[in-house]
Amino acid sequence: MTQRDRVVFATATPQQRVEAIQAALDARGMNVSDAVEELDHLAQEVWVPQNGARVVAKAWTDPAFRTRLLANGAAAVAELGIPMPKHHRHLVVLENTPTVQNVICCTQCSCTAFTVIGLPPDWYKDLEYRSRIVRESRTVLREMGLDLPPEVEIRVWDTTADTRYMVLPAQPSHTIGWPEEKLAELVTRDSLIGVARP
Amino acid sequence: MDGMHDLGGKQGFGPIRYSHDARAFHEPWEVRANSLYVFAVRRGIFNMDEYRHAIERMEPRHYLTATYYERSLTSLATLLVEKCIVTHAELEERAGGRFPIASPSATGRTNVTKRERFSSGDRVRVREDYVPGHVRMPAYIRGKTGIVVSESPAYPFPDAHAHAIAAEDEPTYDVRFRSEDLWPNSADCALVHVGVFQSYLERA
Repeated sequence: MTQRDRVVFATATPQQRVEAIQAALDARGMNVSDAVEELDHLAQEVWVPQNGARVVAKAWTDPAFRTRLLANGAAAVAELGIPMPKHHRHLVVLENTPTVQNVICCTQCSCTAFTVIGLPPDWYKDLEYRSRIVRESRTVLREMGLDLPPEVEIRVWDTTADTRYMVLPAQPSHTIGWPEEKLAELVTRDSLIGVARP
Repeated sequence: MDGMHDLGGKQGFGPIRYSHDARAFHEPWEVRANSLYVFAVRRGIFNMDEYRHAIERMEPRHYLTATYYERSLTSLATLLVEKCIVTHAELEERAGGRFPIASPSATGRTNVTKRERFSSGDRVRVREDYVPGHVRMPAYIRGKTGIVVSESPAYPFPDAHAHAIAAEDEPTYDVRFRSEDLWPNSADCALVHVGVFQSYLERA
């Protein structure tokens, strides 16, 4: 094989492939550059877990909001200025209790309510979590540092359709009466997915 | 299709690569790959079901070794080629090397004709359907029985929507399965909830 053949047959790096797609679309006058810069910004700065944390803190401190959130998640998060994409038509909020732990996954791809809980972390998208969490939930949660007592029932929610899920963690009892902003700081992305507790 | 993507319940995978501060993105090209596919969806070049199905159609060895955003960019490129917006040759020339895309699609299907409306508490069975095209029924619930918990608003039917076939929108049911029923004597005890399209269900 000559040097030239090797160059022709090597697979382009993902970065080269992404640049090729963008250049091809630009060449067709689609004016991609401005649009994707705005989308880059949304993905990194706007669709973040702090949105979900605000929702949880509000639900912990405002019983009427909590009722609305559990009845119609999408409408309730919209009250806080958090939008959902057009194809996410339904947000189901899953309430943890001292005896119930809800956990979210997507076994077939990696769907999430990303405008609310942020774009998913890499472990959520990995083959290991996707294959194992539905079948070995308690073992997997223990491996991830959440060792649940046997009396806690685990409910796993597989995101197979365009319904999206968000876990509403139980408020730690020592934080009753804290201001909303301080409560929001306790709520992590992983507790919104259900693999951690605040 | 019973593809490599359908991972729920597969055995042999090791520990979760978990850290508390795991990031969504590691490289700038990952952010851009995500933005480009969102751009294409917003422009109406393809829909989410076509996007998901083009990922599922990736050659299985490529699927397993690709990172999440490499799968995303492969789907995007596949659909741009299939919809005649770019040619595969142009993408490879611009990328300066091979640009693997997914395998061609099989045919889709429209809704099941006699669909039933279910209520919370109904016992339902997942039909034993084997579908060559796109389907959002994970194989681990095929033929299994569970209890309806709730009904969603109507969504486009993915088996049709991924293949530009006409179909009615239909609701999904959140169906609660017991892990012991899904994998008898071979699962941690838990309730597994799956959003199941109406066409996939019959009364048990």
